[in-house]
Amino acid sequence: MPEPVPVTVIAWIVEGTWPACVDAAATHAPEGADIVLLHVTGPDVPGAAHGAYAGLLGRGRPERDPGSRLQELAATSAQRLQRAAADRLGRPCRGLERSGRIEREVVATAEGAGLLIVARDGDRSHLGPRSLSPATRFVVDHAPCAVLLVWPEAAPAVATIPPPPPGPPRPPE
Amino acid sequence: MSPSPLREGLVLNTSLTETLSVALLAGVLACALVRPWGWPEAVVAVPAALVLLGTGVISLDQARSVAQRLGPVIGFLAAVLVLAQLSDDEGLFRACGSWMARAAAGRPRRLLLAVFVLASVVTAVLSLDAAVVLLTPVVFATAARLGARPRPHVYACTHLANTASLLLPVSNLTNLLAFAASGLSFTRFAALMALPWLVAIGAEYAVFRRFFASDLDAGAEAPLAAEAPDVPVFVLAVVACTLAGFALASAAGVNPAWAALAGTAVLAARGLAQRRTTPAAIARAANVPFLLFVLALGIVVRAVVDNGLAGALGHLVPADITLPSLLATAVLSAVLANVINNLPAVLVLLPLAAPVGPGAVLAVLLGANIGPNLTYAGSLATLLWRRIAREHDSGVDLGEFTRLGLLTVPAALILAVLALWASLHVIGG
Repeated sequence: MPEPVPVTVIAWIVEGTWPACVDAAATHAPEGADIVLLHVTGPDVPGAAHGAYAGLLGRGRPERDPGSRLQELAATSAQRLQRAAADRLGRPCRGLERSGRIEREVVATAEGAGLLIVARDGDRSHLGPRSLSPATRFVVDHAPCAVLLVWPEAAPAVATIPPPPPGPPRPPE
Repeated sequence: MSPSPLREGLVLNTSLTETLSVALLAGVLACALVRPWGWPEAVVAVPAALVLLGTGVISLDQARSVAQRLGPVIGFLAAVLVLAQLSDDEGLFRACGSWMARAAAGRPRRLLLAVFVLASVVTAVLSLDAAVVLLTPVVFATAARLGARPRPHVYACTHLANTASLLLPVSNLTNLLAFAASGLSFTRFAALMALPWLVAIGAEYAVFRRFFASDLDAGAEAPLAAEAPDVPVFVLAVVACTLAGFALASAAGVNPAWAALAGTAVLAARGLAQRRTTPAAIARAANVPFLLFVLALGIVVRAVVDNGLAGALGHLVPADITLPSLLATAVLSAVLANVINNLPAVLVLLPLAAPVGPGAVLAVLLGANIGPNLTYAGSLATLLWRRIAREHDSGVDLGEFTRLGLLTVPAALILAVLALWASLHVIGG
């Protein structure tokens, strides 16, 4: 009988909320699972610096463009994040660093995976609406596999759900 | 009656000089955007100015008057560029990173506030070049060190490099040009612009807190151990004395560029003595090709303005400083800045606004300095070229940049114009 292929569990690690995803991977990934710590570096932050420098007409000297420095710094920072996440997980895993449009890279990587673990990263002061940032909402909406959505901290109480909108008027009895 | 041959020749001449000067300006700006073969911008701008001189489109006297007006401005600019670089060599920006990390105390919203305060002060005192080139990487590194999402903080730094460059004549090259044309003293300029500066920064801050709410809520870690930053006392003292020198020089009727030069000389002497810098590095920081470009661009723009553009645009600049007029001037300047770039926009609008008075000149600056945040590369022309050349732009979400610009620029601009109008009434132009 062929050996069963280990299930792939992807933990999407993002600055600020990654520990919750790593902890969920430690709890929910089955023994022997192929755990992937996925981090995506978006082009927009170095892009903002490139753009700001391009706006300074006549300065020349492309070697002074701060966007290039930010790209180097972003690579270093991603490595540090991957190391911290692997240390916290304390299980065999592999790091995967991608760059590009963040939400699309995450969805593309999740193809064929058994589980994608994502942290809420919107307004987390209460349950519901807008507890997902636009990028996370896109990932949850488009994920081609099962998604585990975790709270980065203890979930707020159910009483924090905003009251329902008034229902339609009832016909007179 | 048929026109005399003399009159016909004059008309032909005028249209020829008009065409030549406009074509040369277009060429200079296009080359500044495209930088063919990586040439410095001056390589095209200086010959263009010489062609205008050689063909008599601009007279030697006109060119000399431009050079006399721009010379001190360019000297001032060089001193500030070197001052910022030497401050960096002395560890000023490294210290900025430590301060921001400590002030943030592991909370992204506090980090954003610290970035706003520091980026505004750095831009105002050491110019927008310092904020973009020297502070932005420090802001990113600080956010990364704290585990905070860097986006709001880096965007804040790039936005404030424009918006917070309203305060002092040294904050932006556009201001130095306007300062020379306005006839205002250094302190009066700063006094009139203080309220617009604060109001525009406040508008940016309010928008940023909401726009980046989810990034700011994502959290961060407190810095490892309470690292006590080394306070670079010497450089702080020199910068403070330079600022005081601006006010004193202005009161004494001396060009404040001398104060900038003195501060730079002190830091340069120390940097050279301690082998932290070299004469070559100082010369590089002064960026001579850039200074030549500014002078040559000034001459080319003068030719265009004198050969017809003043007539064409003249009626667009309102002739008084009522609130609607200030607003119209600022919007015109913002639109022009967004089409090409704020530097040529200011050079074109200054000769038209200066006769109206300092209020109109400062309104031009509000538009030219706040406006560029609307397009992420400072202007549509730059943006278009970067898209064509695919420079660094693969996958950049232009929609988000533009949404942020649409939320910040109109709000900051309108509020700043109101503040300027109030300042003009209280302090007087």
